[in-house]
Amino acid sequence: MIQFEQVCKRYPGGHQALNNLSFHMPHGDMRFLTGHSGAGKSTLLKLIMVMERANSGQVLVDGRNVSKLPARHIPELRRKVGVVFQNHQLLFDRSVFDNVALPLVIAGYGHRDIGRRVRAALDKVGLLDKERQNPITLSGGEQQRVGIARAVVNKPKLLLADEPTGNLDPQLSAEIMHLFEQFNQVGVTVLIATHDLSLIARMPYKLLSLRQGQLVSAGGSHE
Amino acid sequence: MSKSKQKGSGASKLPKRRLGQLQTPAKPSRRELSGAKTHRTRFSDQWQSYRSHHRQVASESLRRLLKRPLATLMTTLVISIAMVLPAGLYVGLNNVEAVSQGWDGAARLSVFLKFSVSDQDAQKLRQQLADRKDIASAEYISPSEALEEFRRRSGFGDVLDQLDSNPLPGVLVLSPTADNSSPEKIEALRDQLNALPQADLVKLDMEWLQRLNRITDISRRLTLALAAMLAAGVLLIVGNTIKLAIENRRDEILVVKLVGGTNAFVRRPFLYMGFWYGLFGGLLAWLLLASSLLWLSGPVKELAGLYNSSFSLLGLGVLDSLIMWASAAGLGLLGALLVVGRELRAIEPK
Repeated sequence: MIQFEQVCKRYPGGHQALNNLSFHMPHGDMRFLTGHSGAGKSTLLKLIMVMERANSGQVLVDGRNVSKLPARHIPELRRKVGVVFQNHQLLFDRSVFDNVALPLVIAGYGHRDIGRRVRAALDKVGLLDKERQNPITLSGGEQQRVGIARAVVNKPKLLLADEPTGNLDPQLSAEIMHLFEQFNQVGVTVLIATHDLSLIARMPYKLLSLRQGQLVSAGGSHE
Repeated sequence: MSKSKQKGSGASKLPKRRLGQLQTPAKPSRRELSGAKTHRTRFSDQWQSYRSHHRQVASESLRRLLKRPLATLMTTLVISIAMVLPAGLYVGLNNVEAVSQGWDGAARLSVFLKFSVSDQDAQKLRQQLADRKDIASAEYISPSEALEEFRRRSGFGDVLDQLDSNPLPGVLVLSPTADNSSPEKIEALRDQLNALPQADLVKLDMEWLQRLNRITDISRRLTLALAAMLAAGVLLIVGNTIKLAIENRRDEILVVKLVGGTNAFVRRPFLYMGFWYGLFGGLLAWLLLASSLLWLSGPVKELAGLYNSSFSLLGLGVLDSLIMWASAAGLGLLGALLVVGRELRAIEPK
């Protein structure tokens, strides 16, 4: 699903975010991306979303080299990838329902389809009763769940999360992680960037550990 | 209506609706039609939802403008003033042309008679001339009639009373037939008339008309130049307004782009915004112009009456009005187009 081949990313100003990084993540896999802040976790996710482009090497997403993807094809790629952000990126000028519906509206679904899918996604994250509220009235954990609902509403094959539990207490974090596991169980490839090692220590998934832009381990979290 | 649809429209009735909010479908590209596995709909459905999406974006942009009536009015007013100037000049020129049109075909020759010519001789001459094939009508204005008319029209009656004798000569006013109204034939006729022993001076009432036509031509070009400059002004006004609107919705645009919104999708509400600004500007300009014309029409009619003319002010016709509205809306759209691409390219999620 995701394949990096000798990827280098250097930001203007000289910071080397990724250095000759190679790894392969098969379909249906769930992995954690760990490392200190500045180790290149966010950069890696941004390369997959084509929010940044590699200076050299190849980034393949679902068999497609996205490092050279023309700008007009980027929206198409992003519709296939669900992303959960640490700061949620919700819009506070509209209801929970409309926030979750956004990817569907953009993709061109009809009213009826949108209603059905949005409710299914909200039901999945346990927020069906909050669909008419403004996300600003929700708690941090609930906001994150709205973000997750929005990420999965389009039934993406790939789900990325950047520090999804960054601001949450352990109890809520565990719940969020459990949600990700559920999506993985239905076949979604899940890649979660986190520095919360205590949270993932008990979970049986492989780690991608970055240090200074290089892979230091690709083993299981229990190793 | 299904239950889910009812609930869906309920959810969308929340006070604020924004870009990409429960509006159906951006037009899916051809690629998606063929490639997407997760979402396959019939083309007619796509087309229908594309159109309904446009309707929704259009009305949403409109609602957004109406929600800030004062700011919208200001912008609209600026646009309309920029449009009213050239449109007003255009209407004015149309009127000048309409006035002169009546004279165009019927150039007239005034034959000023020598003072020695008596009224009877003048009448005889009039009859002779009226019988000519190339002259449609001939009218004699005797010195006393001329004096009376001058007294009536000029308002110099008191001055005229102090004169010992009538200073005005008798005049024969000749209208050539339509076939003989071309400048060359009239000049030839003038030369023949000049040769008459009774004639003191033959005046061709056409030179000033030609001058007037040239002046109108020049004014028309000036109007066009002015219109072009003011159109550029409208583009800048709309462009700048749209630019601010984009800046205000930056967060929203970022999120939409992150979840796969195409540039066309992001651009659409702003293009509609430009369209509405332009159209409103055009409508307001039209109103301003129409009310000015209405306000002027009374005095113009009185003035025309003083010239024994039944001329009344020409307004903007249906076609002109439609052209005015369409070009206003077009300018608004163009103004939006000019900035939207560049501005939206600059907003990319980082």
